[in-house]
Amino acid sequence: MTPDTSTAHGRIGTKSLGAVAIRFCGDSGDGMQLTGGQFTNASALFGNDIATFPDFPAEIRAPRGSTYGVSGFQVQFASTEIYTPGDAVNALVAMNPAGFKTNISDVEPGGIVIVNEDEFAKGNFRKCGYEDGYNPLEDDELNRRYQIFKVPMSRLTRESLADMGMGAKDIDRCRNMYALGIVYWLYDRRIETTVDFLNEYFGKQKNQPQIAEINVRALKAGYYFGETAELFPVRYHVAPAKLKAGKYRKISGNEATVLGFVTAAAKAGKKLFYASYPITPASEIIHGLARLKHYGVMTFQAEDEIGAVCAAIGAAFAGDFALCGTSGPGLALKAEAIGLAVMFELPLVVIDVQRAGPATGMPTKTEQADLLQAMFGRPSESPCVIVAPRSPSDCFDMAVEAFRLAVHCMCPVLFLSDGYLANGAEPWLLPDLDAIHPIEVNHPTETNNPEGPYLPYKRDPETLARPWVIPGTSGLEHRIGGLEKQDVTGNISYDPDNHEHMVRTRAAKVLKAAQIIPPLEVRGPDSGDVLLLGWGGTYGAITTAGDELRRRGHSVSTAHLRYINPFPSNLGDVLSRFNTIIIPELNLGQLRMLIRDRFLIDVIGINEVRGKMFQVDALVKKTLEIMTNRSASVCDRRLNSMP
Amino acid sequence: MPDTQLPTYTAKDFTTDQDVRWCPGCGDYAILTAVRKTLPKLTTRKEDYVFVSGIGCAARFPYYMETYGMHSIHGRAPAFATGIKLANPELDVWLVSGDGDLLSIGGNHTMHVMRRNVDINIILLNNQIYGLTKGQYSPTSEFGKKTKSTPVGSPDYPVNPLSWAIGGGCTFVARSIDIDVKHLEEVMLRAAAHRGTSFVEVYQDCNIYNHQVWFYASQKKTKPDSTILLKHETPMIFGAERNKGLQMNGTRLEVVQLGNGVTEDDLLVHDETDRGLAFLLSQLAHPEFPEPLGVIYASTEHDTYDRVVHEQVRQAIHTHGKGDLHALLHEGDTWVVEDE
Repeated sequence: MTPDTSTAHGRIGTKSLGAVAIRFCGDSGDGMQLTGGQFTNASALFGNDIATFPDFPAEIRAPRGSTYGVSGFQVQFASTEIYTPGDAVNALVAMNPAGFKTNISDVEPGGIVIVNEDEFAKGNFRKCGYEDGYNPLEDDELNRRYQIFKVPMSRLTRESLADMGMGAKDIDRCRNMYALGIVYWLYDRRIETTVDFLNEYFGKQKNQPQIAEINVRALKAGYYFGETAELFPVRYHVAPAKLKAGKYRKISGNEATVLGFVTAAAKAGKKLFYASYPITPASEIIHGLARLKHYGVMTFQAEDEIGAVCAAIGAAFAGDFALCGTSGPGLALKAEAIGLAVMFELPLVVIDVQRAGPATGMPTKTEQADLLQAMFGRPSESPCVIVAPRSPSDCFDMAVEAFRLAVHCMCPVLFLSDGYLANGAEPWLLPDLDAIHPIEVNHPTETNNPEGPYLPYKRDPETLARPWVIPGTSGLEHRIGGLEKQDVTGNISYDPDNHEHMVRTRAAKVLKAAQIIPPLEVRGPDSGDVLLLGWGGTYGAITTAGDELRRRGHSVSTAHLRYINPFPSNLGDVLSRFNTIIIPELNLGQLRMLIRDRFLIDVIGINEVRGKMFQVDALVKKTLEIMTNRSASVCDRRLNSMP
Repeated sequence: MPDTQLPTYTAKDFTTDQDVRWCPGCGDYAILTAVRKTLPKLTTRKEDYVFVSGIGCAARFPYYMETYGMHSIHGRAPAFATGIKLANPELDVWLVSGDGDLLSIGGNHTMHVMRRNVDINIILLNNQIYGLTKGQYSPTSEFGKKTKSTPVGSPDYPVNPLSWAIGGGCTFVARSIDIDVKHLEEVMLRAAAHRGTSFVEVYQDCNIYNHQVWFYASQKKTKPDSTILLKHETPMIFGAERNKGLQMNGTRLEVVQLGNGVTEDDLLVHDETDRGLAFLLSQLAHPEFPEPLGVIYASTEHDTYDRVVHEQVRQAIHTHGKGDLHALLHEGDTWVVEDE
């Protein structure tokens, strides 16, 4: 929190802050995702920059009151540009002791903690493992450390809705809106967007106007409680951010992925065929696409992961823009079929919304540990293009890029999103659709060999891509298959020289895609001491850490790879301009391995696999540690390399 | 626009320049011939056929058909075929593969393509053995089968492809034999005409690893007594002397001799549209019973998957109008940041 000014505002003063991170937590049935989402919307519409981090268990309704059933939603809203949901929580709303217990350590010293006091009772203490006789709200140390505000939300919600003639269960479900009302008051937000939402969602979509009414009433009651109870000594105000001018909406990674791929297909005049099998955290993509049939989108929920990718490849052969989406375990199941698409040389895009693994792992938690699987996880030499969006809204841009590359190379493209991007949200400056280049697709209808049979593997000498002739084209009938083919004719071939030629050609084709990949950009000085190099969802954390380090006067720049195979052609040059390359990743060093192999340079990793995004503070600290440890050895290296 | 007049094709038009690489004497040759002879009788243009296969000897089939073709990976042909048909329902998609491919490694996809009723034709070349991998027992091999991988006999009970298909919700189920090209053609014409998934099991002789396994059903001497040729609305008569038939006895089928007061009128009459009867027929097994050949089940009760899916798209466009990308991007709550 960076307080700017204090102004008088009625009886209670208002303090201006630059940025605030709030976390809502409670049982997975307490509606915390909805509550957090509403606060985010209100802040976005107010004009703040926002970044969110929903964090929920895989269990839909874990036993009430248990620590493993806690669902959380963190949002940072700011008057300046931000890239992360924030490290330390400035304000925590805990609907029960389990939420309090699992989240309190993330709250900054002196931070605000608002609890539903009614839930802090003996039975609930036991459920979340507090010792008998211990009440954390009475813990002196905790009370010294945090500003804990005890609000009997259950009772106040019931009292405020007592005359509405609704059942106790429905009334108790409004507690989250009561809490939201308090927070809206405390942070000087307008409640109208949420009132509209409740009327639209419960009133119209679910046709439960009474439910809408009691929720609205609870929201307002919470707001007025904040205003009248004089519990809080001060309210807070976060001014709108000075973002780039234009029209914005809030967008999550999965939402942007949906819109990006629809746009990609539209930019090519193609139908989009999406095949998938339900898997966390990718399922929202099929939910999003299934409602867009009138955009020329067809969705196919297959019998399994393999069926999904195979159907997509079939659709690609028949001429659609073929897409499938999954997570790491599903990508493993699709491996053989993606290898077949490499052999077929057909355009295909496979989304991997990475999650913590191996095996089932932690399905709702994020990780970046599928990079090497994407790179090498298929039989034999089967290179694919790999792209990785760096932020929720970047999923849109990279989706368009993914198909552009798939068609350009006539090969599969892997799109590496992750759970953090998929569920996290940020403001999105709506793109100018006319400024997005069309994706050129050509389906030949004339033979390339008037003297004999059509030649399905006669390549474009520039890109090495083969022609994409689709069934239904008279005179160009041909067969494709998984057996090695003679180049040009596509006939089955076991010839050793031909096989070597084809393996090298498929690899060269992917590398040639670098010609249409934009150069890697460096943030900060384009040469210097340290380069923090990242990829994928860590962009926000790394960028913020880099900015902070430069603010403190260190020679640290950042760069973020959105294209991983092939690398941007200037990558080697960029790397050569820094003394030390540090790669922070949420794995044990996968990009580091690729960079070391490709450029034969030393690279230091900052690696975490906790199912969570990096904390900016931790990145700053670790970078400084590395810089301290390295200064001596860098000197040595320089001396040794002198002529 | 293509010429609307359908060209006249012959079997030769569907023959590629590729050498057929099956073993001499393989039952696949006869099936290939039957398919090449069947297609000219249909009303589909050559460029609109797609032959899809998985892995195995049978799966080389597309290479020999002068149409569009896809030789895919093991077991997954039904999924590829589904994608092709969904992307372009105008295409006439044929899937040719073997018992290991469709019923073992690809069992899941086979089951689901059938229950969805995707409008494709599946030809199962059943030789009860893994040929390409050199002679391991297959999911249709009999219990106790001795092969390289089961030196003391297979402990697996075999799958019955017809029962599987009927149980799985397939809307057209038929059976034929490799050497009876005429009957094969008849059955394939019916399969081609069917809207929805058609499934034709073909008894196919692997003369290298499982020779003569179907001889009881295919050879002149034994065929009449060990098979029964089904015809819709026709009494179920069989035997070299045409003196045997099938009758219901309680809930079971039984073989009866004609004569001694038993006449054709007492026999069961085949009804292709009766799924329960189809299942009973699919269970008939040599040597106790004659094994049914011909169309066992054909139902038009269900719409095809591809039609339903495309209808949903048409409906969506009808209801909402053709999607406007700009509107989609700008939907929901938006806000404007002004220039300073």
